[in-house]
Amino acid sequence: MTVDLGFGLLVLTLIVTVYAAVAAIVGVSRNDARWVNSARLASLITFPLLTLVVAVVLYLITTGHYEVSYVYAVSSNAMPLYLKLTALWGGQAGSLVFWSWLMAAFSSAVMLRKWERDREFLPWVIVVTMITLIFFLGMVIFFENPFVRFWGTPMGNRIEAMFPPLGSELLVPNDGRGLNPLLRHPGMIIHPPMLYLGFVSFVIPFAFALAALITGRTDDRWIRITRRWTLVAWLFLTIGLVLGMRWAYDVLGWGGYWGWDPVEIAALMPWLTGTAFLHSVMIQEKRGMFKQWNMLLIILTYDLVIYGTFLTRSGVLSSVHAFAQSAIGPLFFAFIALTFVVSIWLMLLRWKSLRSEGQLHSLLSRETLFLVNNLLFLGLFIECFWGVNFPLLSEIVTGQKVTFGPEWYIRATGPLWGGLLLLMGIAPISAWQISTMKTLGRAFWKPLIPSVLAVGAVVALGIRQVGAVIGFWLIALVASVTIYEYWRGIRSRSRSTGENVFQAVWRLTAKNRRRYGGYIIHLGIIFMAMGVIGIEAFQQQTQGALTPGQSLEVAGYTVTYKSLAEWDTADGKNVARAVMEVSRDGKVLQELYPRRDYYYDSQQPMTIPGVRATMEDDIYVILVDWEPISTRQATFKVFRNPLVSWLWFGSIILILGSIIAVWPTPEREAAR
Amino acid sequence: MNKHKILRLFGLLAVLAGFVFTGTAQAQDQVPLVVTDDMVNQVASQLYCPVCENISLDVCPTQACEQWRSLIREKLEAGWSADQIKEYFAAQYGDRVLPQPPNRGLNRLVYILPRVMIIAGALLLAWIVMKLRARKPSSVPTEAAPQSSTEYLTRVEEELNKRKGE
Repeated sequence: MTVDLGFGLLVLTLIVTVYAAVAAIVGVSRNDARWVNSARLASLITFPLLTLVVAVVLYLITTGHYEVSYVYAVSSNAMPLYLKLTALWGGQAGSLVFWSWLMAAFSSAVMLRKWERDREFLPWVIVVTMITLIFFLGMVIFFENPFVRFWGTPMGNRIEAMFPPLGSELLVPNDGRGLNPLLRHPGMIIHPPMLYLGFVSFVIPFAFALAALITGRTDDRWIRITRRWTLVAWLFLTIGLVLGMRWAYDVLGWGGYWGWDPVEIAALMPWLTGTAFLHSVMIQEKRGMFKQWNMLLIILTYDLVIYGTFLTRSGVLSSVHAFAQSAIGPLFFAFIALTFVVSIWLMLLRWKSLRSEGQLHSLLSRETLFLVNNLLFLGLFIECFWGVNFPLLSEIVTGQKVTFGPEWYIRATGPLWGGLLLLMGIAPISAWQISTMKTLGRAFWKPLIPSVLAVGAVVALGIRQVGAVIGFWLIALVASVTIYEYWRGIRSRSRSTGENVFQAVWRLTAKNRRRYGGYIIHLGIIFMAMGVIGIEAFQQQTQGALTPGQSLEVAGYTVTYKSLAEWDTADGKNVARAVMEVSRDGKVLQELYPRRDYYYDSQQPMTIPGVRATMEDDIYVILVDWEPISTRQATFKVFRNPLVSWLWFGSIILILGSIIAVWPTPEREAAR
Repeated sequence: MNKHKILRLFGLLAVLAGFVFTGTAQAQDQVPLVVTDDMVNQVASQLYCPVCENISLDVCPTQACEQWRSLIREKLEAGWSADQIKEYFAAQYGDRVLPQPPNRGLNRLVYILPRVMIIAGALLLAWIVMKLRARKPSSVPTEAAPQSSTEYLTRVEEELNKRKGE
């Protein structure tokens, strides 16, 4: 009964969504506000309807309705309640329901805004958001239905279907398979929602961009309306990516945070084009230039969001066969192709009105440097896109698959990331419109000095790797330029208003949140870059089989094996946990507990490292293997990951900067 | 020749003799190499699991990968180099076990196309910049713009303060 109710609500939501899109089009074609209003109300209703659908799915999961195939696949009796709740997005069908629910929430939030000034955008925003929602709901209802149940046929077969086949009986398993153990981690609880929030938020600027193209209002109004949406989308996507990195570091047990896996790259690609868009729209706002380019970027970002959603859960790109066998793979591609072609066609129709109004006065002006920034981001996107998709192409053409490991990505993208760091050091001190070598040099030499001194310090510390030295120089350059920019702002405020340093910092940031929030984001990025350089250039590792009392040595640290214990837990897993002691120069620093959890329900092991984290380095110990009966000898892998904590610290700074940039500026604050 | 020089000469000869004899002894004995886990992992990290997706052999937990690591150990003990082992695995399981596509045949596109696209993008950007610079100005700034909005802000605030004072 509850299952039927959930499915009925899904179908009802699809009907309402289709109605909203059609009513909006009818309203525009007849120029009838009543139809548009009706479409608006219909799109508002999708949110409560999908909330009920989500509630039904959660009810089924938490009450153990294992006759439902999705519930059986992602939950089990042994799972605690909080994990059962996260099982909503633990599988493909639930993820798509969750995505649709967020989409409905965001489109409803847009519908609630004041539309007086932008009435002509309203119907087209409804059409775009609702068509996106129709696609996802269609996927859920026809291909990835979370309400499909198990049925036993008279022939004794078990089949999965929404409605009972003739003569069949409902099959109710006593227990489910349980959530994939890799997903049973605090990071994974909030990682997918954050990523999906980021994905879904980018639909809103895209909807406004298309509305601008269709209505011909191609000025920067759509950009001003969606500025905060875009920042929010970027913020969520960034948090999602960082949580994914942390999850990989804590759970996957290979000593790193980013494996250049297609699923990771699928989430990175819209972030790359979205970041390019965030920078590029500033040129349009300030100078009325590059409107065509901004349109292209947001169209690309939207389609990459759809692509990312599809790739994250489906895994169909793993082989041609998987793609061909997947029902949703070709449909996703068709939808991406259709939306891309239609959007580009609309853009070409408005090509003339999207021409730049301004003129470039200088090759070193900030707008030119922003363009170079866009080129580098697009370059990164091209490399990533090629790396993810080429294996499929290779398999189709030659019948042989190829692998793109971290080595390839680091070589292909390293110089581009370096170029972006360099631009982060130059662009903030270049001026809009006119910037010459002379003016730039005058502003540049002061922050350049500390960065050169920092290089001296790095070399004096014994670092000789050219890539790392260049990386540290760029980090020092961006840091000193950012601090210098803050200092200039503080000094000018103090001079004109007599404020002290703290007041000046506060007011400066409050008055121009986007700019100074952006600088804080830059600081976050360079802290993260420190962690990346630390682990990529200086990671050390060793592995060995030890008996209790024996040690492994890595970079001056001694990691001693003390003991190992093995036991079964109430939530259905077997735990093997070692006690390791980390010491340096004879001084005991910390005990670590690397362990291996084996989940009986899914028959999957999970490696959880023992980590001693400091700002200098992490000692990361993995229990690789052990002799189950004696538990005497065990094999451990020990990593020393220098500076990696700066990656997490930088992420927090970056998120804080983003929140400052997103935070609305009160009128009285802006006026001060 | 004094005593010290003679001693030094003998010392030098002894060292040279040591090198020669050690080399000969190593060549004659063929003692099996002691292969550590680190040496195995060093090679395994440059190979990818032929079964699992995007997981290098040094971290893959499956039984098959454990056997492949043992195979790497055997090969290393037999005196194979890392490149020979990589070639062996590629011949056995295909190019997908290599960490990046070998630069031949269709795979050349992997290395050429993105670079060509980025260079084309840079040229396009240069063309756009030149075109926009050559365009008749819609609004030419009459004087050099301030270096940054901070300076502009300062100027505005100074002007405001002056007027307040007037």
